[in-house]
Amino acid sequence: MSSPANFNLIIEPGRIEKNYWGDLWRYRELFYILAWRDVKVRYKQTVIGVLWSVIRPLLTMLVFTLIFSRIANLPSQGTAPYAIMVYAGMLPWQFFASALTECSNSLVSNSNLISKVYFPRIIVPASTVIASFVDFLISFVILFVLMIFYHYSPPVQILLLPFFLVFVFLTSFSLGLYFAAVNVKYRDFRYVIPFIVQLGLYISPVGFSSSIVPDKWRIWYNLNPMVGVIDGFRWCITGGPFTKEIVTSMSMSLSLSIIIMFFAIIYFRKTEKTFADII
Amino acid sequence: MPDAIIKVDNLGKSYLIGHEVKQSYATMRDVVTQKAKGIAKGVKNVFGGGQLISGGEIEEFWALQNVSFEIKPGEAVGIIGRNGAGKSTLLKILSRITEPTIGRIELRGRVASLLEVGTGFHGELSGRENIYLNGSILGMSRSEIKNKFDEIVEFSGVENFLDTPVKRYSSGMYVRLAFAVAAHLEPEILVVDEVLAVGDAEFQKKCLGKMNDISRNDGRTVLFVSHNLSAVKQLCTKGILLNKGKLCFSGSSQEAIDKYLETNLASEISNNFARIKENNKDIQLVSAKLSDSNSLPRQQFDISEDIHIELTINCSKIVPNLYGYIAIKNSQEEVYIESDTFDYLPNSLENVTIGDNSFKIKIRSNVLAYGTYTVYLSFVSSFADNFNVDIPGDILKFTIVDTETQRGHGRISKTSNLLKWEIQNA
Repeated sequence: MSSPANFNLIIEPGRIEKNYWGDLWRYRELFYILAWRDVKVRYKQTVIGVLWSVIRPLLTMLVFTLIFSRIANLPSQGTAPYAIMVYAGMLPWQFFASALTECSNSLVSNSNLISKVYFPRIIVPASTVIASFVDFLISFVILFVLMIFYHYSPPVQILLLPFFLVFVFLTSFSLGLYFAAVNVKYRDFRYVIPFIVQLGLYISPVGFSSSIVPDKWRIWYNLNPMVGVIDGFRWCITGGPFTKEIVTSMSMSLSLSIIIMFFAIIYFRKTEKTFADII
Repeated sequence: MPDAIIKVDNLGKSYLIGHEVKQSYATMRDVVTQKAKGIAKGVKNVFGGGQLISGGEIEEFWALQNVSFEIKPGEAVGIIGRNGAGKSTLLKILSRITEPTIGRIELRGRVASLLEVGTGFHGELSGRENIYLNGSILGMSRSEIKNKFDEIVEFSGVENFLDTPVKRYSSGMYVRLAFAVAAHLEPEILVVDEVLAVGDAEFQKKCLGKMNDISRNDGRTVLFVSHNLSAVKQLCTKGILLNKGKLCFSGSSQEAIDKYLETNLASEISNNFARIKENNKDIQLVSAKLSDSNSLPRQQFDISEDIHIELTINCSKIVPNLYGYIAIKNSQEEVYIESDTFDYLPNSLENVTIGDNSFKIKIRSNVLAYGTYTVYLSFVSSFADNFNVDIPGDILKFTIVDTETQRGHGRISKTSNLLKWEIQNA
């Protein structure tokens, strides 16, 4: 930010609204630095530090493989070993879970900033998602280790993975943004989020392939936006045919996420002016 | 005469506040329907994003109303007024934390606000990292911070601890580092709120010096809110007096202070202070009274009597490094007694428990001379950033009379120490 002498600023009702996106660009450095802070402090004062982002999905994968494959005898998808199939679903799910949790609490836990300094508030939830994303990328490395371990070569569609990275980012951020804004007003959501995350793990196709869901339930099942995201991820990694079910669930998730994003931004913008007064 | 750098025009900010409507519910059904209505309203809000107001009866409350003034570049302006006069609201609008309801402000320059030193410091990060973090929160670009990094470190005097997490800093170091970052901001307009409430006397002097530099030597515009009238007088050329959300006076700082003292003396500060606990405060003074040694409430004391100040402090969260500060001032705001809870170790505020805590402070007899005094109180923590601690300000007022000695009110000394002449003839 330069400081020319003729820099003019007008404060009046509704003015922040008008300059919003311009301000967002002007405050981009703050966004980088907050994201950097969130990454940096994530594993401070822990013994194994960043290893946590590896251990958590790995252990969950082990347990899920054991329960769903060995005990429940569910089929894998494509040619991939069950463990890889679970891990491919685990990755986007863990990202979603941690992004949603961190994002929803972000405004409240940064209340000291919000009540004392001006900046476009959307920076705060956005920067926490970045921090979760870094974790996500680290756990990604394990996927490749697993592939080597199982002598598994991924199909060619793995090249489409970046698209799904954007996709899962969109889904997590849109819901997180909404919850962050509501959480400022109603602290109920502090109790709701862990519940959603816990329940979601079982109703989303993380430990099993969504192909085992009976057809007549499929349409309702797809209302969970994570179904399409996980299906898409899995299709990239474990291969298999690009079935009609995957197309439906993916397009449904994508449109749901875009709709949620749209309303989340409207809601966020509408309430953000009052954050400093009620936080 | 140059053009105004800040032009405030008919500014107003209103809040809607709800009052609980007292109703005696006749039946269980009424209670259930009332509760259900409340929940329905809440659920509607979750999706619609309306304003959060608790209580049935809604009232509009103007925290600021019809405020207009102009400030020229390079002026240092003190904003004074009693608690709740609208000072903080004005600063919050100026620093764009909250929007006004009506009116308009034109600013010609960057605004940086120091609503509290150390905003955004993160305990887990090192001093070096916090300089960057805090700098960009206050509005500096990374290259600016890089250029001034050495200067900031030198000013703060924490060179040896740059790579230590700031949570291991002593409270003095913490505040020094925080102020050093803030002091190296170079905005055209600097907004300062109550920074001087923290830190020791030497640090306060340093802050004042730096702020003086900023306004006198660099020609920047400073807006300064404080209860410390002597600091306002020392630092500011102009003064703005607010009362109950309205602009009372705008002119020279001396005149503004005089006006303030006139109205302040007529205000309702007495020997008894009580208020309702606010939910957002982690530490809050809920009541204070003056009493004599028999615990009877009193407003007037003789020089030969001990004065007891009884405080009830509500604590909803344990705040580390909390300490209390008390000052006894005369009506000219000159401090006669200044003390904090570190004067008698261990600091008794370290032992507060969740809920109400009672404290008693005794001012010994024959210390204060005849006159009227006010009691100023504040709570401070080096981690104040993460906690909301109360700064009650001027809470109590009492008078001291001297009716028993022969010299009585004719005694001109500033204390009422009576000296005894003992004959020592062999």
